[in-house]
Amino acid sequence: MTPLVEFRAVGFAYPTSARHRARPFRLADLSFAIAPGEIVGVIGPNSSGKTTLIRLLTRVLEPVEGEIALEGRRLRTWGRAELARQVAVVQQGVPRGFPFTVEELVLMGRYPYAPARYFEDPEDVRAARAAMSATGVLDLAPVALASLGGGETQRAVIARALAQEPRLLVLDEPTAHLDLRYQAETAALLRRLNRERGVTILLVSHDLNLAAEVSDRLLLLAEGRPVRLGTPEDVLEETLLADVYRCDVRVEPNPATGRPTVRVPYTTDVVQRCAER
Amino acid sequence: MSPQGRLALVVGGLAALLVAVAAAALLLGSAALSPRRVISAVTGRAAAGSIESVVTLSIRLPRIAVAALAGGALAVAGVAFQALTRNPLAEPSVLGISGGAAFGVVIGQSFGLGLTVVEAVGLTGFAFAGALLAAAAVYLIAAAGRGVIQVQTLLLAGVIVGIFCSAAITVIISLLDMNRLGGVIHWLLGNVAPIPPGALGLFAILLAVGFAVVLRHARELNLLALGEESAQQLGVNAERLKLVIFLGAALLTASVVAFAGPIGFVGLVVPHMLRMLLGPDNRLLVPTSLVGGAAFLLVADTIARTIVAPAELSVGVITAFCGAPFFVYLLRTRYRGLM
Repeated sequence: MTPLVEFRAVGFAYPTSARHRARPFRLADLSFAIAPGEIVGVIGPNSSGKTTLIRLLTRVLEPVEGEIALEGRRLRTWGRAELARQVAVVQQGVPRGFPFTVEELVLMGRYPYAPARYFEDPEDVRAARAAMSATGVLDLAPVALASLGGGETQRAVIARALAQEPRLLVLDEPTAHLDLRYQAETAALLRRLNRERGVTILLVSHDLNLAAEVSDRLLLLAEGRPVRLGTPEDVLEETLLADVYRCDVRVEPNPATGRPTVRVPYTTDVVQRCAER
Repeated sequence: MSPQGRLALVVGGLAALLVAVAAAALLLGSAALSPRRVISAVTGRAAAGSIESVVTLSIRLPRIAVAALAGGALAVAGVAFQALTRNPLAEPSVLGISGGAAFGVVIGQSFGLGLTVVEAVGLTGFAFAGALLAAAAVYLIAAAGRGVIQVQTLLLAGVIVGIFCSAAITVIISLLDMNRLGGVIHWLLGNVAPIPPGALGLFAILLAVGFAVVLRHARELNLLALGEESAQQLGVNAERLKLVIFLGAALLTASVVAFAGPIGFVGLVVPHMLRMLLGPDNRLLVPTSLVGGAAFLLVADTIARTIVAPAELSVGVITAFCGAPFFVYLLRTRYRGLM
């Protein structure tokens, strides 16, 4: 089966400015593939290349080395709108300053289907409503985004991405500003979208436990290089994580799901060692 | 109601308002003319050289046309700059772009350019170049060193560039013979005066071009509110969009400054009132701002030329008197969170 997405020895470097020359960021030698229907989690410390990976996948940035293929076709041969019909990104945050409603936001996801159209047609409205009901925000359609709570905002933003009817849903730190309850809700929503709608998911997250619970496979990045790709059990290993994150961690299986869970034991000596590394 | 329905309703309502305001503006003025005499002039029944014919057809009607064109252009430019900067307080005069255009116009006038069609093209060219220069300066100041532009920095940069442009204009005026720059002081405050038919036609064409550019990209401007990266990920060529919209809005601003002077705050007040009515969808705001801006500036101009009759105020004085407090109100109530 053709992978949905394939990175082949991809490398990228941001143009260095005088200010950043001290630590130029590079992404190097990144190879991995996502099969249709899979959930892949991308984890790693700050500035390990997670966001760069999303930008490369959506052609906000172009690789300097190697190649990315979507459905077996080189990414640079895809048009912008064409790509947006296959890959939808859930970014953190919503528009500020302008009081768009949930429905107006979700309808924006229909743009790639007819960029030249001035107003959306009934088919666009139907798709937007389907997306809103999939994430449970249909009742909130006429409500301004600014007046929503954190969890509702997140579901509205995911609905916008679903309105694109993508094959691949990419989430950038979906639980970054959410309470525990909404973190759990997001995890359940992602699993459901994957199971019921067959949406392939690329989940980029700081939250190792969320990634471990939701993902079929994990990709661990460190300083712009892939460190390990495999099942959550393979990747979330105490010694490996201690090395990559430069901090002692404990990995234990979740008694309910069997998935690994990661925690930092906040004993005085561990905290001391983490700070010194 | 569907967006199409709301758009039709509001545009229709504003168009009716515009016609009513235009009719009132035609009847009012420092020359006391009865409605009957005005109507006879408009319908061509008055003698060609009669007072009512001259006042109505050569003074009031062209002035109404200039006010309507300038108001529409400024309001559409306001919507465009707000979407472009993702900042609802952005506006050509606040951003210093009107100031830059005014500087360009004064330079053009110092070369003796007037309002014959050919000269008006040159004058608009100077205004456009000044607007681009000021915008580039604002951008460089506000973005200095970082990619992200903060709201405060942008407004501050706009004010600074605006002050600099006023100073530069003052220098040129001081250096040159005042007679060659006749009426420049009045014009600098934003003054809707009748202009020759050729220049009026040019103004209308420039407005049509700028409006068409912004209208064509209204849907993409909504997506820009999500941030540039998200807009790109939805299929928008964000870099190109920003450039095209910027050029369109600068052209609108420059033509207003060339033909009517730097009139402030129209681009802030009109889109804002319409946003309260219609929400933030640029596809509704762009066309309604064109008609609403025309009606608004026409009202302001009619007040300007009647309130202290037989003397006249500059229309820019009226728009500043309502716009500045409105700006403060927005800053203190609606956009606290942005600052």
